[in-house]
Amino acid sequence: MISGDSTRAGEPVAIGGAAVTRPRVRGRFSPLDWVRRGGLSAVAFALPMLVIFTAFSWYPITRLVVLSLQTTNLVDPPSWVGLQNFRDVLNDPLFMTALKNTAYFALLALLFGFPIPLIAAVLISESRRFRGAYSALAYLPVVIPPVVGVMLWRYVFYEPSSVGLFNTVLGWFHMGPYGWLQSTGTAMPALVVESTWANAGTTVIIYLAALMSVDRDLYDAASVDGANLWRKVWHVTVPQIRGVLLVMFMLQIIGTAQVFLEPYLFTSGGPANATLTLLLLVYQYAFGNSIGVGFGQAAALSLMVAVFLAIFSLVFLRLTRSWSTT
Amino acid sequence: MSSEEKTGGLLSHNEWARRDLRWLFGSAQALLFVLLILIGLGPVVWLAKGAITPTIDTLRNPLALFPHGVAWSNLTEAWSQVHVGRYFWNTVVLAFGSWLCQIVVATTGAFVLSVLRPAWGKFIYWLLLGTLFVPAIVLVVPLYIEIVHPPLIRHSFVESYWAIWLPAGASAFNVVLMKRFFDNLPRELFEAAKIDGAGPVRLFFSIVLPLSKPILGVVSIFAILAEWKNFLWPFLVLTNSPDRQPLSVRLPAIQPQTQIGVLLASMLIASLVPLIGFLVFQRTFLRGTGLGGALKG
Repeated sequence: MISGDSTRAGEPVAIGGAAVTRPRVRGRFSPLDWVRRGGLSAVAFALPMLVIFTAFSWYPITRLVVLSLQTTNLVDPPSWVGLQNFRDVLNDPLFMTALKNTAYFALLALLFGFPIPLIAAVLISESRRFRGAYSALAYLPVVIPPVVGVMLWRYVFYEPSSVGLFNTVLGWFHMGPYGWLQSTGTAMPALVVESTWANAGTTVIIYLAALMSVDRDLYDAASVDGANLWRKVWHVTVPQIRGVLLVMFMLQIIGTAQVFLEPYLFTSGGPANATLTLLLLVYQYAFGNSIGVGFGQAAALSLMVAVFLAIFSLVFLRLTRSWSTT
Repeated sequence: MSSEEKTGGLLSHNEWARRDLRWLFGSAQALLFVLLILIGLGPVVWLAKGAITPTIDTLRNPLALFPHGVAWSNLTEAWSQVHVGRYFWNTVVLAFGSWLCQIVVATTGAFVLSVLRPAWGKFIYWLLLGTLFVPAIVLVVPLYIEIVHPPLIRHSFVESYWAIWLPAGASAFNVVLMKRFFDNLPRELFEAAKIDGAGPVRLFFSIVLPLSKPILGVVSIFAILAEWKNFLWPFLVLTNSPDRQPLSVRLPAIQPQTQIGVLLASMLIASLVPLIGFLVFQRTFLRGTGLGGALKG
């Protein structure tokens, strides 16, 4: 559960490693001693982690920075170009389009994906008998593989002809048919609706866990003091789950800034670049035309997104530290 | 979380007794239930229905219930003619390899960081925490170049499953989650084992792993599910070998030349493993352990 963190009773004793209680001779390092104290077995156990993370995490991160300063085509040796890739990206008119679209997606996703799961979680938390059924239903779409979800929505629900599922239902009221994904105005909201459907279940479960961990006695005490429903929500619930709310807000921004799958599979960025997002632009730079030509620009844009998100998270965590109760 | 919630929650007993409030909350809950059935269960049920409905019926009226009978043939056709059976097997192999790599890295790594605690462990831990700030998707380009032209090794890993299995292991989240669990294991047990002469290997296999079944289960479920859902990375590194691609990569590819009934059957088959997994391990999913752990930053 959210609050299931370790509250350790005192500093645990290190086992078999470096900190066995033996008076250490200061300033002298003896390899034999190190091996005898288990230094070698620690290295052996760490080997899978060190190899895998070096190869597939730390090295690619370094390589990303290097790539952003080079041009490369996978055949000739790469050449250094300074900040040219960044200039190319910033001067690309598509960059501003992608930035605006991503911000629009994030805003819409926040509009749908923040209050709706919260309201749902509050209602679910007050149900005693059916809590399990409620949460299982809410979580079900999360389990569907995203590709299946997108295809189901694209070829069935959003089908532009009159036999699309939504258009069929609207047809009963003599409306439509609408080309949900084919018009620049509705394409992005259509993506956000599917994405919220696919992801809101996780948010509901996390809010629910937070709500359930609020001490019931606080509510009773507030009731005894004569607080009505809204005062209880405002003075008990909200302060108690503020930490979770803030973190979820942050995670949602981070998640939506990286949206790729929905625009790629639904619309490939169209119509008229209305759903071109930053990560889709990265993909187009890197793999869109002939592979390799735009690796430098792709790396530069990836790096900008990553740095922005890292700074955003750090600033957000710092700013909200004093508000958070957990 | 007490199972006995006889005392009031947000609404106290008195408030539940008030007719207007009870009516308001009760009807909101009922409305939510209907919506959840419609939004949560509806698409899944519709997918299952569409999978066994003749294509012509789905095209004419997607909401009619079997006007011209049931077409079980969709499923068999998808499995054998569209080769969904093979792609299903590919997905299983990919998920198994990624799971194995993640489990090996996470357990041994967390064992070093939490139990053995060498002097350099702190430094590695900080490096791990640092990578949590780097979203996986921004590393796609450098990772792709690395797979095509690996440094030191003169052998391209493109079109090989190793290109998917090995990078899957680099999940800092798994290591951190596992380390936190190990941190809470009773230290006295380790001390006692050590006095009895158990070395690190014995400690790892006979004490730490058997005690960690709950967290191993959680990490396993989420590792398998994540690989089952994975699209972009297998799509990039297995581009030229359709026979070796997993379901999530093949489904969009087979869409143009597959009639909708068979396509829906393929999509249903692709969702079966996650759906059944969810039904069986519901509590693991709904407790939010895997996700909640990340929140306590």
